[in-house]
Amino acid sequence: MGKVLMKGNEAIGEAAIRAGCLNYFAYPITPQSEVAEYLARRLPETGGVFLQGESEVAVSYMILGAAACGERVFTTSSSPGISLMSEGISYIASAQLPAVFVNIMRGGPGLGGILPSQADYMQSVKGGGHGDYKLLVMAPASVQEAVEMMMGAFALAEKYRNPVMILGDGLIGQMMEPVEFPESLKAEPTNKDEWATSGMVTRNSDQRNLVKTLYLDPEELNAHNLMLKAKYERMEREDVRYEAYNVDKDYKALIVSYGTMSRVCRTAIDNLKDQGLEVGMIRPQTLFPFPKTAIYDAAGKQGCRSVLCVEMCMGQMVEDVERSVAGRLPVHWYGKCGGEVPTPEEVMEEIRKLVD
Amino acid sequence: MGKTFQKPEAMADTITHYCPGCTHGVAHRLVAEVIDELGIRGRTVGVAPVGCAVMMYNYFTFDFQEAAHGRAPAVATGIKRVRPDLMVFTYQGDGDLASIGMGEIVHAANRGEKITVIFINNAVYGMTGGQMAPTTMPDQRTTTSPFGRKPLDTGMPIKMSEMLAALETPAYITRQTLITPKYINKAKKAIKQAFTYQMEGICFSFVELVSTCPTNWGMTPLDSIEWAKEKMLPYFKLGVFKAPEEQTVSSKQ
Repeated sequence: MGKVLMKGNEAIGEAAIRAGCLNYFAYPITPQSEVAEYLARRLPETGGVFLQGESEVAVSYMILGAAACGERVFTTSSSPGISLMSEGISYIASAQLPAVFVNIMRGGPGLGGILPSQADYMQSVKGGGHGDYKLLVMAPASVQEAVEMMMGAFALAEKYRNPVMILGDGLIGQMMEPVEFPESLKAEPTNKDEWATSGMVTRNSDQRNLVKTLYLDPEELNAHNLMLKAKYERMEREDVRYEAYNVDKDYKALIVSYGTMSRVCRTAIDNLKDQGLEVGMIRPQTLFPFPKTAIYDAAGKQGCRSVLCVEMCMGQMVEDVERSVAGRLPVHWYGKCGGEVPTPEEVMEEIRKLVD
Repeated sequence: MGKTFQKPEAMADTITHYCPGCTHGVAHRLVAEVIDELGIRGRTVGVAPVGCAVMMYNYFTFDFQEAAHGRAPAVATGIKRVRPDLMVFTYQGDGDLASIGMGEIVHAANRGEKITVIFINNAVYGMTGGQMAPTTMPDQRTTTSPFGRKPLDTGMPIKMSEMLAALETPAYITRQTLITPKYINKAKKAIKQAFTYQMEGICFSFVELVSTCPTNWGMTPLDSIEWAKEKMLPYFKLGVFKAPEEQTVSSKQ
């Protein structure tokens, strides 16, 4: 199969099928409803499960029930919907179930708007629901990358027995781009017979499995949280992903930006280069685990005077960048919220202000 | 001749955390007996609620999941949709099912999910310490209706069986009680019928069980039975409110 022109939302749905996930539960919300519309037609052809739930809350528990059976399952939503799903996500993380959540972000808070945004950074990478848990969060910058991340997400979710979130801004879902689907993936064998409530006869066992999140004994609950913490630390060791752009030469400023916003920054960097000003960029592809070391090293490069976070929100990533830079340089923020995407010219002007 | 009365295989050999006189133990046993009789233990997945029965999985010997408060029908939907060959049931109290989980139960019933729901109605929140439930009776005192439930402020007790029976989707909806042996035998038949409908892939099945909570009602177990008989049964009438066969007949008319 060669390249096809596809809308991001539809490509995400197709990618899940090609990754071997044939179970989808969702609730409509702009700007991601096309995923559900695409899969409502496509999944029946595959013999898969499509169900429109009565609410995002219910959907998050349908995901829990299905994932606990050891089946690959995913859902898609947008910001206010993810807030509602966050209840279930907390349970899924505690129950250590693999599942994939896609958030095609729109502007907030409240109903906000339906235009692209990156204002769910904190919610996605710091937890979102109650309790100590983390999601593995991946942020695509193109439809092609959304497809690749989606296809890899299920294996990562199974590796860690943890929910994975694909965090795309509204543009990723709404724009059409040429995509090429990688070879369909074969699921790696997992140890799901040890934990999945798949029915004892299914796994030919007389030991029952139990999926739960209640630990009334304080020592037991502490141990459970320490085990989860160790898992998140393992993610930080093994699955940090980022792209470095224009960092070979010396540069005067470093941009940290992700998703669609990073593409605007890339244009700004190219334009500034033409004008004789070098600027580097680290683009986190995983927002948790965050590429701390890469940013620390890039900010420490000789001649770099300033770090600029560019986001379609009010600077939610700045804290993480500051922690990564660890006081080496001042960290600034530029961005817009509400649906407008900052232009390359605006980013260039911000950089000029910092280095001139 | 072997033993005529023994512990069902589906039941774990352990003591429960339930209070003396509580009917959860009876309801658990009926479910376990039915699962044994139908020979489905190896392919059954139970979904535990939040409430007194939150740790019910400790008392059974087959796969179990634990849901958040009220969400058990959504969890059961997820299981049943991806694994239609499994037998899936939820077991929920009145705070769980009729209050915070109202949306989930109504939509699971209306979609006709091929699951079984055991609904324990004892007119009070048990686990959290005796607060008012949607099924609390008028003038019944609870910790959050200390002067008795006033229907002018908080409405009348919700009749879940009647409400779900009003949905057009075919279903088996029945209300039974656990307060005397005669009723217990009928309740068991209803539970078996409910699981059988699921096993045959026919419809959603719902068994409401009018139960007692001596601890939170502040009564002896015997007084609780009398109170349930006098106060609850005239309002929560027993019977089959809907069966898939009738539905087929009426839809033909």
